[in-house]
Formats: sequence, C-alpha cells, structure tokens
Amino acid sequence: MRIQRVREVLDASVLCGEELLDREILSACAADLMSDVLAYVKTEALLLTGLTNTQVIHTADMMDINCIVFVRGKIPSPELIEYGRKHDMVLLSTPHKMYYASGLLYNAGLGACR
Amino acid sequence: MEKLHLHYDVEGNDFIAVGEASGQVKRALRQLGIDFEVIRRCAICMYEGEINMVVHADGGTADVVVEKDKVTIVLEDRGPGISDMEMAMKEGYSTASQDVRELGFGAGMGLPNMKKYSDSLEIDSEVGKGTKVTMVIHIPG
Repeated sequence: MRIQRVREVLDASVLCGEELLDREILSACAADLMSDVLAYVKTEALLLTGLTNTQVIHTADMMDINCIVFVRGKIPSPELIEYGRKHDMVLLSTPHKMYYASGLLYNAGLGACR
Repeated sequence: MEKLHLHYDVEGNDFIAVGEASGQVKRALRQLGIDFEVIRRCAICMYEGEINMVVHADGGTADVVVEKDKVTIVLEDRGPGISDMEMAMKEGYSTASQDVRELGFGAGMGLPNMKKYSDSLEIDSEVGKGTKVTMVIHIPG
C-alpha cells in the first residue's frame, strides 16, 4: 500500500515527507514499546505509535521503518519532526486511536508484520 | 577487507542522544556494503546495549570492530553492575525507572533482544565495578 493511501484511510495529516508519499509499505505494526518494535518488525513496515519522543525515530531508523503514524492526534515537537525529515521519513498524524487506526489499515488490506 | 574499528563515548542520562552511536554504526556498515540482515542485527544489538548503558550505568564506551567474517560489539561501563544475571536475562524483568519506561523501553527486553540477534553474547559484570558486554555477529561468506 502506498503511503498516500495510508494517509487517506487514516484521515492523517502529513508532518514531513510530503514528497515521499509514493513509497510502498508492505506491512504495519502498532506499538508503544520500542523494544517490541526492535524484536519483531520486518522490513518496509509502517509504525503506528502513541509515543512522541526521539527514541521513536531512532528505533525506526534502526529498523529501516520509513513511515511513522502518530495516533490520537498527537503531534511531536518541531525538533522531532525535523529529525524525521533528516532521516527521510514520512511522519503522519491521525486523529484515530491506535486500535481503530490499526483496524482501518487492516481492513484496507495492509497486513501485520509476520 | 581491512579491519575497521569504530569507537564511541556514550553519555549517561542523555535520553535524547541515545541511539546516535547505533545510527552511525549502521550507516558505516551500510557503506561497507555488508549484508542487510547482518546490519539490522548489529543495529538492534548496539541500540539495546546503548540504551542499557545510558539508563543503568551513566554511560560508557562502545567499540565496534568489523572484520571480513564478523562484527564484534564491545560495550563497557562503570555502572552498578548486574546483581542477578539470571533474572536480567529473563524477558519481562527490568529494574528501569519510570522515565525510561516512558521512552518505550524498560520492559525487560533489552538483554533478551541482544541475545536473540547476536551469534554470541558474553556479559562480564561485577557489582559496584561495572559491566562489559561483548557481542559477535557473523557475516555469512
């Protein structure tokens, strides 16, 4: 699924990476525990999270995750958004809660990391 | 391939910068053209180790040696040491503070993740003196 489609499905706003919305995402994971992301995520995945600190970006960077969706309307600090931009990431913010946002993406055909 | 040695000083209690060294290692390995999966395993091991040093031991040093057939990561600190190694290795056991948990860590996954993603993990720890963690990740030929 292209990130552009993710954005539509989740009614999300784009915080950075507008020019990268054509990127293809193969799977998704939802987590607030970054160690779980490190333990299980596969490549070309999207991360849904409620955390908005720099460790989210570092964790995503380690795992080659290039799209992060912040749930429940959360907007990280301008510094963090800049950090994401520096790492060529697409950062999105959706008004939906984590479980619902995950359900929307799953229904739209984006599977889980296995 | 010539042997490459990377050295980093990891600052203690710097919850913002933690992960920088791991990111640099990852990019260095990528420049060397090392296998994607090997890089990923190195990045996870180093990042979890770096976080441990920052949150438990007030920082330390990280040394990464890249050879033709393996990557060796040595993390050394002068922190409190690990008093119960058996518990420390258990998934879900953690002595981390609330601050650390709010970062998305401290759920007792660090050492188990390091064990899972390295080919060998050696921990030399003395209470009151510090901890030395050595991880080796093989590069398939």
